[in-house]
Amino acid sequence: MKLTLKIWRQKHANDKGKLVDYNVDINPEMSFLEMLDDLNEKLAERGEEPIAFDHDCREGICGTCNLYINGRPHGPIRTTTCQLHMRHFHEGESIVIEPWRARSFPVVKDLIVDRSAFDRIVQAGGYISVNTGSAPDANEIPIPKQIADEAFNSAACIACGACVAACKNASAMLFVGAQISKFALVPQGKAEKKIRAEKMVAQMDAEGFGACTNTGACSAECPVEISMTNIARLNREYIGAKLTSDNV
Amino acid sequence: MKLDAKIPEGPLAEKWTKHKFNLKLVNPANKRKYDIIVVGTGLAGASAAASLAELGYNVKAFTFHDSPRRAHSIAAQGGINAAKNYQNDGDSVYRLFYDTVKGGDYRAREGNVYRLAEVSVNIIDQCVAQGVPFAREYGGLLANRSFGGAQVSRTFYARGQTGQQLLLGAYSAMSRQVANGKIKLYTRTEMLDLVMVDGRARGIITRNLITGQIEKHSGHAVLLCTGGYGNVFYLSTNAMGCNVTAAWRAHKKGAFFGNPCFTQIHPTCIPVSGEYQSKLTLMSESLRNDGRVWVPKKAGDTRKPEDIPEAERDYFLERRYPSFGNLVPRDVASRNAKYVCDEGRGVGNTKMAVYLDFADAIKRDSEKVISAKYGNLFDMYEKITGENPYKTPMRIYPAVHYTMGGLWVDYNLMTTIPGCYALGEANFSDHGANRLGASALMQGLADGYFVIPYTIGDYLATLPAAKVDTTHAAFTEAEKAVIDSIKRLLSINGTKTVDQFHKELGKIMWDYCGMSRHAEGLKGAKAKIRALKEEFWQNVKVLGVNEELNQTLEKASRVADFIELGELMVEDALQRNESCGGHFREEFQTEDGEAKRDDANYAYVAAWEYKGYNQPEELHKEDLIFENVKLTQRSYK
Repeated sequence: MKLTLKIWRQKHANDKGKLVDYNVDINPEMSFLEMLDDLNEKLAERGEEPIAFDHDCREGICGTCNLYINGRPHGPIRTTTCQLHMRHFHEGESIVIEPWRARSFPVVKDLIVDRSAFDRIVQAGGYISVNTGSAPDANEIPIPKQIADEAFNSAACIACGACVAACKNASAMLFVGAQISKFALVPQGKAEKKIRAEKMVAQMDAEGFGACTNTGACSAECPVEISMTNIARLNREYIGAKLTSDNV
Repeated sequence: MKLDAKIPEGPLAEKWTKHKFNLKLVNPANKRKYDIIVVGTGLAGASAAASLAELGYNVKAFTFHDSPRRAHSIAAQGGINAAKNYQNDGDSVYRLFYDTVKGGDYRAREGNVYRLAEVSVNIIDQCVAQGVPFAREYGGLLANRSFGGAQVSRTFYARGQTGQQLLLGAYSAMSRQVANGKIKLYTRTEMLDLVMVDGRARGIITRNLITGQIEKHSGHAVLLCTGGYGNVFYLSTNAMGCNVTAAWRAHKKGAFFGNPCFTQIHPTCIPVSGEYQSKLTLMSESLRNDGRVWVPKKAGDTRKPEDIPEAERDYFLERRYPSFGNLVPRDVASRNAKYVCDEGRGVGNTKMAVYLDFADAIKRDSEKVISAKYGNLFDMYEKITGENPYKTPMRIYPAVHYTMGGLWVDYNLMTTIPGCYALGEANFSDHGANRLGASALMQGLADGYFVIPYTIGDYLATLPAAKVDTTHAAFTEAEKAVIDSIKRLLSINGTKTVDQFHKELGKIMWDYCGMSRHAEGLKGAKAKIRALKEEFWQNVKVLGVNEELNQTLEKASRVADFIELGELMVEDALQRNESCGGHFREEFQTEDGEAKRDDANYAYVAAWEYKGYNQPEELHKEDLIFENVKLTQRSYK
C-alpha cells in the first residue's frame, strides 16, 4: 500500500515547524503507529532523525497517543490513534499528520505536545479528600447501580485531549465536565462538590483554554464517548456553587 | 551475605499486627524532615506517594510519562481480589492466602502472602472512599465475580477497566498532595542511577526527557515502583515504555534480583500478524468461560474454520483436562497452545494461533447474551484484526504479560540496599512462580497504601534527619557515570538500529526462555545474548544529541539494560532444575507432560548478586518455609 504522509516536523518548542512529505509503502494490516515505527526505522537507517510522537499502551486506554490525522483528532474512525489500522485508508492516499493544536497544549517536538495543564486542573480539585486508612467499610454507602454506571461513564475519560483538539475554541469543558461529574454523582464526592467545581474551573481558565459554545465536536470526536451531559452537569455544578459560595 | 527476609515470629495471622506494633515510629513533627523519592507512578508508586505525603513526609515523585496517570497499571482489565466475603460463599483471608500460595506453585513466602490477603479488604474500602466506580448490584452494594478459575467470587471490578479506575483513584490522591505541596512531581523524567552514600540509598540521578538535563536528587529513602520487565521479550502486553532500567541500575548498585526467570505468559492474546508488530494485546481471560479452544486434528489443514467438521477438530484443553477444560490456569493453557502449534496444527496465516470459538455459546445463550458479556472485547478484537468473532472464531496465542520476578525485598519491602525499597510488580515478593488473575492490582496497592507507610518509619527512625547535599562526591560520581554512558551510546554510530537489537533479544528470549525451556537451549541462548551485547556496544546506531527530546536515546539505554537482564534470566532458568508455575523445564515433567516441582531441592527464592560487567552473578538462596500450607502437586485433570 503506497501512501504519501505529510508530517509536522518541529525541532523544539520555539522552532517554527513545517509539514514534510514522506512516501511510504506499507502493509495494510499495520496499525497507524506501526506505520510510523516502520517509517522511523527507515529514517534511522538513512541517518535521518526519527519523528517524535507520544504513545505507550497501544491498547487505547492510557491516553498518551494523540495525532491529528487529516484534520481530525485520532483520525477517521472513533478510536484512539493507537487503535487505528491502515485498512481504513486507501492506496495512494495522502495523509496529513499534525500535533494537537491548542494554545494550552504547546508543541514540545514534532508531534508531541505538553498536556500538563490537565494535571494541574486535577490538582486544583479533582479528588475526594480521604487519607489512606480513614475509609469506612466499602459497603456502608450503597450507591444505586444506575448512578454508579453513570459515574463510571464519566470516569472513563482517558485525558488524551482530543476534545480540546477538536474544539474550534480549544475548550477543555468536556474533560473538566467528566472530572467533575464522576465525583458530583456519587455520595462520597458531595462534601466537596462546590469548592471542587469552583477551583477546577478557575484553573481551567488560568490555563488559557477557550470557552464552550456547545457545538459538540468534543464529544463527537471523543474516543471513549464522553457525553455532552458532562458539560451540562459542569455548568450546573459551577453555577450552583457560585450562587451560594464565596470560596474562590 | 546471609539473606534475612525478616518475617516476624509467631502465628501466621498475628505476624503483621505484631510487626506493626514492633516497628519504630517517626514522630509527626519529624516526618517533615525526611525526603522520600518515589520512582514510578503506577498503582504502587502513586499509592505510596500519596500515603507517605499524607503522613507528612516530603515526597518527590518521578515518572517518564507526561502524566502520572499514564502508567501501565491503567491497562489492567479484569479486577482486584479482596477477601471481603460479601457473597457469603466461604471466602476468608485464609482462603485468599491459601489460593495465592497454591496458585504461585509454592514459591512465595507464606508471611508476605498472608499480609497481602489481610490488607486486601482495606484496599477496597480505600478505593470506594476515593470514588472509584466499582460495579454494583441493583441494591447499591458492590458486585463481585469469580475470576481466573477461583471457586469463590472475590473479584471487584469496574467493567473491563479496573486498573484504569484504581489508578485514577491513586492519581487523584496523589494530585491532592501535589496541590498541598507535599509531593513534588517530576514528569518526563527518567531515573538512570541510584546514588549510594555510606552503603545506603540516598538519591537518584535522572534525565529530563525534554531537555536532556542530567539532574541529581537527594532523599532519605528511595522507592522503586517501576513495574515489570516483560518487554525484555520485545513483544509483550506491556506498554511500549515499560522497562527494567531503574530496577536494573539499582541491581548493579547492590540490590539482589529475585527469581528473574519467573514470567507469566497469558493465553488469550491477539496473535502476532507480522514482522512489523510492535506490541501484543491481551483480551480478558474471562473469554475462556464461554469460548472453546480448538485446532484442526491434522497438521497443515488450511480449510476455513467453518469448513472443518466437528469430528476433525481437536478441543485439546477439554480433551486433556476434562474437569477444568478451557478454564485451566494461565500457564497450562499457554503451554498447550504452544504444543499444538509446534505440531503444525496452528491456524491463521502465521500458523501461530489457536481458535477460541463462541459458536456453541451463541447457539446456547443467543448472540445478545454473549454480546452483553463480552461485547467490548469482541469489538476490540474486530478493530485490531478486521474479523467478526460473532461469525468466525477468534484466533488467540499466548503472550508475555507479567513478571513475577523482580528486586528481592524483605518483609518490609526493603531491597538488599538499606533505604532502597521495591514495591508492586518491581519486587519479586508475593506471586511465587505464577500470578493468579486479579492479584497484581491487589499487590501494587497493598504495598503502596498499607505496607510501606508502616515499614518505612522503622528505617527512617534510625536515620539522622540531616540531608546529603547533591554536591557530595557520591552524586558527582554517579552523575558522571550516567553522562559517560550516554556519551558512549551516542558515539558508537553503528549500522543497526536500537529496535533491531531489541527484536533480536526478544526472539532469543521467547524461543529459549519463554513458555518452555530446556538446558541445551538456555546454554545456547546465553552465548547468543553475550554476543548480542558485544555487538550492541559496537554497532548500535543512536542518532541525535543528548540535549533534546531524543526517543531513540531513551530506548537505547533501556535496551542495553534488557540485554543484561536477559542474560540473568537465562542463568536463573538454567539453575532451577524443576518446573514450577510459569517456569517449565522440558526435562522436568511428569509422564503425562505436566510440570514437576522439586520441593526438596528448589523450594527457595533465587536472589542474584551483581558482580561486575560480564562477571557471573552470585546466587544466594532464601529457603521458603511452609508452616501452614501443605505442598501438593497442582492437578487440573
